[in-house]
Amino acid sequence: MGSAGLARLHGLFAVYKPPGLKWKHLRDTVELQLLKVRGPAFTSLKVGVGHRLDAQASGVLVLGVGRGRRLLTDMYDAHLTKDYTVRGLLGKATDDFCEDGRLVEKTTYDHVTREKLDRILAMIQGSHQKALVMYSNLDLKTQEAYEMAVRGLIRPMNKSPMLITGIRCLHFAPPEFLLEVQCMHETQKQLRKLVHEIGLELKTTSVCSQVRRIRDGFFTLDDALLRTQWDLHSIQDAIQSAALRVAAELEKNLRLGWGIHQHPSPGQPWDSAGPSSAWELESNMKH
Amino acid sequence: MALSAQQIPRWFKAIKLSSFINAPQLTKCFTKPGKTLLHGFSAEPQISSGNCFLQWGFKTYRTSSLWNSSQSTYSSSKENNSAQDTLLPSVSEQSQKTQKISSFDSELSLEGLDDLPPLSPMQPISEEEAVQIIADPPLPPVSFTLKDYVDHSETLHKLVLLGVDLSKIEKHPDAANLLLRLDFEKDIKQILLFLKDLGIEDNQLGTFLTKNHAVFSEDLENLKIRVAYLQSKNFSKADVAQMVRKAPFLLNFSVERLDNRLGFFQKELELSVKKTRDLVIRLPRLLTGSLEPVKENMKVYRLELGFKHNEIQHMVTRIPKMLTANKRKLTEMFDYVHNVMSIPHHIIVKFPQVFNTRLFKVKERHLFLTYLGRAQYDPAKPNYISLDKLVSIPDEIFCEEIAKASVQDFEKFLKTL
Repeated sequence: MGSAGLARLHGLFAVYKPPGLKWKHLRDTVELQLLKVRGPAFTSLKVGVGHRLDAQASGVLVLGVGRGRRLLTDMYDAHLTKDYTVRGLLGKATDDFCEDGRLVEKTTYDHVTREKLDRILAMIQGSHQKALVMYSNLDLKTQEAYEMAVRGLIRPMNKSPMLITGIRCLHFAPPEFLLEVQCMHETQKQLRKLVHEIGLELKTTSVCSQVRRIRDGFFTLDDALLRTQWDLHSIQDAIQSAALRVAAELEKNLRLGWGIHQHPSPGQPWDSAGPSSAWELESNMKH
Repeated sequence: MALSAQQIPRWFKAIKLSSFINAPQLTKCFTKPGKTLLHGFSAEPQISSGNCFLQWGFKTYRTSSLWNSSQSTYSSSKENNSAQDTLLPSVSEQSQKTQKISSFDSELSLEGLDDLPPLSPMQPISEEEAVQIIADPPLPPVSFTLKDYVDHSETLHKLVLLGVDLSKIEKHPDAANLLLRLDFEKDIKQILLFLKDLGIEDNQLGTFLTKNHAVFSEDLENLKIRVAYLQSKNFSKADVAQMVRKAPFLLNFSVERLDNRLGFFQKELELSVKKTRDLVIRLPRLLTGSLEPVKENMKVYRLELGFKHNEIQHMVTRIPKMLTANKRKLTEMFDYVHNVMSIPHHIIVKFPQVFNTRLFKVKERHLFLTYLGRAQYDPAKPNYISLDKLVSIPDEIFCEEIAKASVQDFEKFLKTL
C-alpha cells in the first residue's frame, strides 16, 4: 500500500524550514523519509525545491515531487510575490548584517521614533513602486495597463532585481523592530541588507536578527508541514489539499502574464551585474 | 563424472598441477549444469554459439594458436596471482579466456573423451538433432553479481536460505570469490555450528553473516581460543553471545588485540574491572572500532568542556555511546546547554543523555519553555524541569505535563521560530 502510494505521489507541498538547517539537507531528509516506505531496492526519489531559503532563514519552503517538479517551474514563471517578517535590532552594525557577524560599529538609537521609521518605509515603498512599473515593460499610456496599475496587478514577469511591493512596521519596541515585507525576486541576504540600510537612514545602525518567510506565492504558514509531519501520509494530504488551489492560481497567473506582454516594448535592459538596493534604484530613476 | 587429478596433466602438460586445485572443487560446485551441458554435448557436440572454444573437442584446442598463447599467459599469471582470485573480476581478457577454459574444459573435454570420439564442431547436424540440444546459458566467468551463480552453487543457495543478504556481500569482490570457492559441508558448516554453540540463534545468523562474511576465512581453532580468552576474563557465555551479535567482527580480532583494547579502556577510564566489563558488554563496538576518536573525545571532555575525571567516568558508564560521539555535535550541544540554558556542570553530569539527543530538539523545547516563562532548570527553586524530562519524553507528554500547553500551541510556536 505504501509503495503504491509513493508511486502516485505527484504535486507541490510546503514545509516549514527551521532556522539553522540547509535547504539541501532538508530536501534529503524529506527524500529519505519518503523512501523509508519502500525497500532498499528502489532508487532515490527526486524532490525538487522552489524558491530557496538560506541556512539562517526560516519559513515556508515549497517542494515538488514527481510531476509536481514541473509545476515548480510554472510557479517560478508566475513571478508571484512572497511575504516575509523581518526582525531588526537597532544599535549595532556587523559585516554580514546578521546578529552574530563581526561587529563593525555601535551607535545610540534614542532618537529613533515610530514615525521616523514609518516615513522611511513609505519612501522605500514609493521608490520600489516606480521600479515595478519600469521593469514590467508596460506602456502606461494604454487603457488596460492603467486599469491594471489601478488594481495593483503590475509586476515584472521576467528577471529583475529585488522589488518590494509592500513594507510596513508591525511592531516597534527599541531596540527591536518587526517589519512585514512583501517582495519578489529577492534573496534573504538582500533583505538583511535592507534592514542595515533602514538603520543607516534612521541615522543609526541596525542588524537583522530573523528572516522568516510567511507566504510563498499561494502557500502560507498554515500549509507548511513541520518536521514531525515530514512523512508520506502527511505529505500526501498536503498535496491533495493544495492541488486545486495550485492549478487555479497557476492558470490565472499565466493568463495574466500573457496579458501584460501583449505589447512588448524593448524597455530598459536589466543589468545583471548584481543585487541592487532601494537606493541604487533611486539613483537609476534620476537618470 | 569421476574426474581424477591424474587425468588432467595428460591434456595440459605445460601447465602446473597446482593451478588446477580449484578444478575438482569447481566441478563439484557446478555439478548440475555440467551434467546437462555434457548430456547435450555427448549427443551433439556441435553447438554454434559465440563461446565456441568453451565446448569443444580436445583436438581443436591443441591445434589452435590461441590456446598455445593463452596457455603460456595462464601459467605466468598463475605464478603471479594466488589460486583464489580467478573467477570473478578478472584483470585481462586473456586470463578471462584461460579461466573459461580451466572451468569448463576440464570437465567437458574429459567427459567427451571418455564417452565418444571427439567430433569437430564444424560438422553439420540435422534440424531434429539441433533441437534436442539442451543448452543452459553458460555461466559467465566474470560477473559483478552473485545472482548468476546462486542457482548453481550449493553454498550460496544454503546461505540464502539462512537469510544472508548476498546483495551486500557481492559489493566486496574478494568476499564473493571466497564464498563461491568454499564448500558448504567442509568449511562453512563447522563455523556455523560453532556460532550456534556460542549462542547465536538461527534467525540471527543471517544478519551476522551479512556483516561479517570474513569469519569464514578464520581458522576454527583461533575462534575457539578467542572465545576461551573472553570467558577467562569472566565474560559469561550469554555476554559473549550478546557482544558477538552486536559487534560481528569481534571474533576476527586476535587475542592480543582484544587484550590491548580491554587494557586501553581500563587504563584510560580508570574504571574497575567489573565496570569495564559492563561497559564493553553494553557497547562491544568499542573493541572493534578505532581508538582515535575515543582518545579525542576524552581530551574534549577533560580540556574543552571542563569535566572532572570522576564526572567523565560517571557519564560514560551511564551512556557508553558518548565515547564514540561526534566531537562537533558534542561541543555544540554543550555550548547550548551550558551557555544559553545556563545549566552548570554538576547538573549536566546527572543527565548525560543530553549528549545523545539532537540539538534542534533541545533548542525548540527550551525556546518554547522560555516563551511560556517555564524555563526553570535550578533544582533548588520551585517548578524545576530536569534535563532528562526535557529531552527523553515524547512531544505530547512534554507539552501536556512539562509545558502545560497543547501540542497545537507548540506547533504554532515552532512556526514562529
